[in-house]
Amino acid sequence: MLKQLSHLRYHPFLLAGLLILGLILLIGPVGALFVDTDKAKVGSALPDMPPSSEYLLGTDTVGRELMAVIVAGTPKTLRIGLVAGAIGLGVGIILGFIAGYFGGLVDNIIKGTADVLLTVPGLLFLVVIATTIKGAVTVNMMALVVASLAWMWPTRTIRSQVLSLKERNFVLVARLSGMNGLEIIFRELTPNLLPYLAASFVTAVGSAILATIGLEALGLGPQNEPTLGMTIYWSLYYTSVLRGMWWWWGPPIIVIILTFMGLFLVTMGLDQIANPKLRRIV
Amino acid sequence: MPLSYLLKRLGVFLIVIWAAATLNFLIPRLAPVNPIRERLLQAVSFGGAGKTDMEKVVETYEAEFGLNQPLWKQYLRYLSDILRLDFGVSIANFPAKVTDIILRALPWTISLLTLATLIAFALGTLLGALIAWPKSSGALQFLVGPLLTLSAVPYYLLGLILVYFLAFSFKLFPLSGGYTLGSIPRFNLSFFLDAAYHSILPAFSIVLASLGTWALGMRGMMISGLGEDYITFAEAKGLPERVIFLKYAVRNALLPQTTALALSMGYVVSGAVLVEVVFGYPGVGTVLYRAIQTFDYFLIYGIVIMLILAIGLVTLIMDLIYPLLDPRIVYQGE
Repeated sequence: MLKQLSHLRYHPFLLAGLLILGLILLIGPVGALFVDTDKAKVGSALPDMPPSSEYLLGTDTVGRELMAVIVAGTPKTLRIGLVAGAIGLGVGIILGFIAGYFGGLVDNIIKGTADVLLTVPGLLFLVVIATTIKGAVTVNMMALVVASLAWMWPTRTIRSQVLSLKERNFVLVARLSGMNGLEIIFRELTPNLLPYLAASFVTAVGSAILATIGLEALGLGPQNEPTLGMTIYWSLYYTSVLRGMWWWWGPPIIVIILTFMGLFLVTMGLDQIANPKLRRIV
Repeated sequence: MPLSYLLKRLGVFLIVIWAAATLNFLIPRLAPVNPIRERLLQAVSFGGAGKTDMEKVVETYEAEFGLNQPLWKQYLRYLSDILRLDFGVSIANFPAKVTDIILRALPWTISLLTLATLIAFALGTLLGALIAWPKSSGALQFLVGPLLTLSAVPYYLLGLILVYFLAFSFKLFPLSGGYTLGSIPRFNLSFFLDAAYHSILPAFSIVLASLGTWALGMRGMMISGLGEDYITFAEAKGLPERVIFLKYAVRNALLPQTTALALSMGYVVSGAVLVEVVFGYPGVGTVLYRAIQTFDYFLIYGIVIMLILAIGLVTLIMDLIYPLLDPRIVYQGE
C-alpha cells in the first residue's frame, strides 16, 4: 500500500487533485469540531455582520453564521455529488457493459437513448423535474434528480472501452476455456477497465455537483438546507453583491472552485494512468 | 451532399425535439399533485374568492386548456401546439402569451451568447495553438496554470466575482440590467451603445470562463498532431514556419475543436442562463429565473422547449457544415 502511494509522485496532477479534494472533504468533519453547525440556521446570529473575531466569516441578512454554513453545507453538496455520481456510474456500468458486450439491437437502443439525451442541455431537463417536485426537496432527492441525467457519459465511455477490449486475445482465450458472458465481464474485462471506471466516476461527480449548484442557484434546491448552491442563491436573492457583502458569496465560491479544480486534476491524473500515450502530452 | 446523410441528421434532430417535448409533457403529469392545478388554485385564492368558486375557475381553465380530456388527446394537442410554437399563456402575467415573452427576451440572449462564444472560441483556439507551438515564447507556458483554473470555474460564479470587483468596487461597469433603467428599447445608436456597454461584463465573464477549455483542448490537439509525418515533411520541404503553423498544424487541429464547439452548446447555454441571472440581463435566463420564483409553469416549460429547439437547430446546422470544413470527411448515410 505504502509502495503504491509512493508511486503517486510520478503523477503530480493526481496527487495535487487528491490533496485538494482531501482538504475539502475534511471541511465538514474537522470544522464541526470547532464550529457549532446549529449556527447555520436562520436567525441564530445578528444579521449583516462583516467578518470579525466573533463571526469569523460574518453573517448573512437572515442571521445565518457563514462559517457554520460552509462547515454544514460543504459535506451536503459533496454528498449530492457523490451519490449522484455513484448512481450515474452504476447505471453506466450496467448499460455500457450490456451494450458493448452483447451488441445488436440492445446496443442500438442504449446508445441511441444516451446520444439523444446528451445533445439536450441537462440543466434544462433538471429544471423541469425540479419544478415539478418543488417545495419539498431534500438533499437526497436532489441527488436522485441530478443522478437521472448522470449516466449517459459513463455509459458511452464504458461501452466504447468494452467494444475495444472484447476482441482482444485474452478475452478470446477466456471464451474458449468455457467462461460465460458474465464471468468474462467480471473477471476479464472489469479489472482492465478500473482506471476508466475511476475516471468516469470522478467526471460524473463533477458534472453532478455542477448541475446541483446550477439548479440551486436558480432557486430549485432544498430551501431549508445550507448547501453551497443554496448559499449562492440566497446571496443573489438578497442582492449581496450590490450591498458589498463579499463574505456571503466569496467563501462558497472558493470552496466550489477548489472542488472543481481538484476533480479536474484527478481526472487528468487518471487519464494519464489509463492512457500512457497522454503522459507526453499533458 | 447525399440526401441520405441530410435525412439522417434531420431525423436525429426531430427525435431529439420529440423526446424533449414528450418528457416535458410527461414529467409534470407523473407528479402526485398537478403543479399547474395547484398554481391556478393559488392564483385564484389571491383573488379572495370562496373555495367553491376556485374549483369552478380551475374547471373552466381545465376545459379551456383541454386538461379534462384523456391523456392521449392532451398529448396530441400538446404536440400540435409545440409545432405551432404555442406554449399557452403566462400564469404570472396573465394575458401575456408565453411565446411573446420568450421572443422579447430571445434577441438579448442570442446576441450575448453568439458574440461571447465566438470570441472565446477564436481567442482560446489561437492561444492554445500558440502555447503548443514549440517555437513560440516560453513565457506562454505559464498561462497553462491560470487557464486550467479558469476552466474549472462555472461562468456565473466568475460573473459574480467580476461584478463585485469591476462594477461594485471600481464602478467601471453597470451593476446589472441590459440597458439604463428608464430608457426605452428602440433601434438607435445611443440605445445600442448603452446596451453594448451593459453587455460587456456578462460577455467578458463567459469569454474568460470558457477561454481555458478551448485553449487546453486546442493545445492537446496541436501537440498530438505535431509528431505526424506531414509536419516533418513540410519542414523537410523548407516551407516557411508561418505556413507550417497555420496550414499544417492549426488547420488539422481545428476540426476536433469545431466538433467540441457543437457538442458543448448545451453546456454553454446552461451556463449563460445563469450568467444572465447574476447580471439581471434581460434575456431568457432572467425570464426563466423569474418564472421559477413565481411558479409560472407554462413559461418555464415553454422556455425549456424553446432552448432545446434552439440548441438542436444549432447542432444540426453545425453537423451539416462540418464536412465542408474537412474535405476528408465523406458523408455517411448508412
